[in-house]
Amino acid sequence: MFALTHQLLSGLAMGSIYACVALAIVMIYQATRLVNFAQGEMAMLSTYLAWAMIQAGVPYWAAFFLTVAISFVVGAAIERLVIRRFDGAPVLTVVIVFIGLLVIINSVAGWLFTYEIQTFDSPFPDTARFGAGYISPHEMGAIGVTLVMLALIYAFFRFTPLGLAMRAAAQNPVSARLVGISVGRMLAIGWGLAAAVGAVAGMMAAPIVYLDPNMMGGILLYGFAAALLGGIDNPWGAAAGGFLVGVLENLAGAYLVGSEIKLSVALAIIVGVLVAKPSGLFGRVVVTRV
Amino acid sequence: MSLASAAAMPIEMRARWFAIAVVLVAAVALPFVTSGYQTFQLSQVVVYAVALLGLNLLTGVNGQISLGHGAFFAIGGYAAAILIVKLHVPYAFAIPIAGVVCFVAGFLFGLPALRLGGLYLALATFALAMATPQLLKFKAFDAYTGGVQGLLLTKPQAPLGLPLTRDQWLYLLCLAFAAPLFWAASNLVHSRIGRALIAIRDHPIAAETMGVDAALYKTTTFGVSAAYTGVAGALMSLIVGFVSPDSFGLFLSLSFVVGIVVGGLASIPGVVVGAVFIEFIPNIADSIADVFGESAKAMPWAIYGLLLILIMYAAPSGAAGAGRKLVAAVARLRRA
Repeated sequence: MFALTHQLLSGLAMGSIYACVALAIVMIYQATRLVNFAQGEMAMLSTYLAWAMIQAGVPYWAAFFLTVAISFVVGAAIERLVIRRFDGAPVLTVVIVFIGLLVIINSVAGWLFTYEIQTFDSPFPDTARFGAGYISPHEMGAIGVTLVMLALIYAFFRFTPLGLAMRAAAQNPVSARLVGISVGRMLAIGWGLAAAVGAVAGMMAAPIVYLDPNMMGGILLYGFAAALLGGIDNPWGAAAGGFLVGVLENLAGAYLVGSEIKLSVALAIIVGVLVAKPSGLFGRVVVTRV
Repeated sequence: MSLASAAAMPIEMRARWFAIAVVLVAAVALPFVTSGYQTFQLSQVVVYAVALLGLNLLTGVNGQISLGHGAFFAIGGYAAAILIVKLHVPYAFAIPIAGVVCFVAGFLFGLPALRLGGLYLALATFALAMATPQLLKFKAFDAYTGGVQGLLLTKPQAPLGLPLTRDQWLYLLCLAFAAPLFWAASNLVHSRIGRALIAIRDHPIAAETMGVDAALYKTTTFGVSAAYTGVAGALMSLIVGFVSPDSFGLFLSLSFVVGIVVGGLASIPGVVVGAVFIEFIPNIADSIADVFGESAKAMPWAIYGLLLILIMYAAPSGAAGAGRKLVAAVARLRRA
C-alpha cells in the first residue's frame, strides 16, 4: 500500500510537469492548429538560462521569474520572426520548420553549455515536514507551482480583456479582426505564454531528470500524450491529461513493463488515443465541411 | 535499345539516358580511385540514398509525414544482423529478407496511420523515433538483439576470388542493391500508381472520387517505403559491421528528414544530393571543430536546422528544384 501510494504521488508530480508541457502545446494548437515540436527544446533552453543565473549568484525565485519573463519575450519573438513567415503553409512545411527549430535550439544549448549533465537545485527544503517517505518536498512543490500557474492562467483567460481577446482571436480570427483585435499580436502573446509555461515545466523537471540538452525529449513525448489524451483543443483537458499520464507512466513503470521502456508507454498512449478516440477524453469532435 | 529508336527519342530523353549512363559508370569506377576510408564513406552515401528514397516515396510523393523512419532503418539493420549472426543466413539473402520484414512492419504501422491526418501522423512517428532505442534495449529481446551492446558482424570478403578489397566489394554490393531500387522507384512514380499517390497527397477527397483506393495505396506505400529504408538499414549494418541501439535515435530519423528536404521533396535524383549532404556535413564540422574546439561538434545540427527553415522559406523544392531551374535556364540560353 505504501509503495502504491508513493507511486501514485510521484506520478502526480511528474504529471504536473507533463500538464505544463501539454498546456503549452495546446495553447499554440488552439490559436494556430499547429503542434510545436520545439516546445521541449525551448523549455530546455529556458532551464539552462535559469541555471546560468543561479550559478552567477542570483537567488532562486528571482532567477525563476526572470526566466519566465525572458522566455515569454523569446517565445513571442520566435513567432514574429520565424513562424509568421509560414502562415497558411502546408502542414509538411510547418512540421519541417518546427523540426528545424528543435535541432537549432538543441545544438545551440550543446554549444553554449556542453552536453555534460548538470545538477539543478530545487527551491524547496530537503526534508519534508509532513508526508515523509510518500512524496519528496520537491515533488510536492512542483505540484503546487503547477496548480498555482493553472489558476493564474484560468484567471487570465476568464477575467481579463486581453484573455478574452486572445480567446476570440483563436476561435474566430476573421470576426476578431473585425472588432478591432490585432490577431497577429494575440498569436505572438500566445507563443510567449506557451514558452513561459514551458519554462516553468523545465525548471520543475530539472531537479528530477537533471539538466542536459536532451532532458526534455521524454517529457515532450509525455506532454504530447497528455495533450492528446485530454483533448488537444481543450487546455483543462490537457492539464488533466498530464496528471493522468504521469500516474499511468509510473504505475506502468512499476508494475507492468519496467522503467526501461517508459517511452514506449507514451508511444502506445499516443497511437492508442489517436486511433480509438482522436478527440481525446475531454475534446470536442470537430466536423469540417468539405 | 536500338540506335534507330534512340535517334527517334526527343533530345531531353536522350540527354536523360546519357546522364544516367554517365552516373552509373562513374559510380562503378569511383571505388577504384578512392582510398579505403573514402570508399567506406561512399558506401554510406549509397545506403543513405536508398533510405532517403524510401522516405521520399512516403513523405514527398504520397504526403504522409514520417519523422520516425530511423525505426525502419533499425528494424532492417537488426533483422539482417540477427539473420546473419544468430541464424547463419548468407548475407546476400539476409538483406532482401530484412526488406520483407520491414515491408510488413511498415504496412502494419500504416494501418493506424490511415486514421491520422498530417500533423497527427507526424506526432505518432516522432514518438516512434524516440521510443526505438529503448525498445531495442528491451531485456526480453536480449538473446536476439544483444541488448545495450548490440551485435557484431564480420564484414564479408569479395566472393569468387575477385581482386577487390573488402570496402570496394561492399560498396559495389550496396550499388547493386541500390540501382534496381532506384529504377523501380522511378518507374513507380512515373506510372499510374505514382500519379494516384500524388493525387492522394494533393487532394485526398478528389483522388477518392476518381476511384483511387486511398487506404490501400497509403498502407502499401508505407510498406514499400519501410522496405526501402529497411534494405538500407541492412546494408548499413553490413558495411559498418555493427548494430547498437543508440545509433538509431531520434536524430537519425531527423537527419533523414533533412536529407529529403535538402535534396528536394518528391525528387528521386534529389535523394543522392541529400545523402551526400548528411554524410559529409558532420565530417566537415568535425574538421572545423579541430580549430574552434570540441563544442563546435554541435554545429552540423545548427546548420541542418537553419537550412531546413531557409529552404522551406526560400526554395521549398530543394536541390532538385535548383537543378531544374538551371536546366531550364540553359535551355532558354540555347534557344535564344
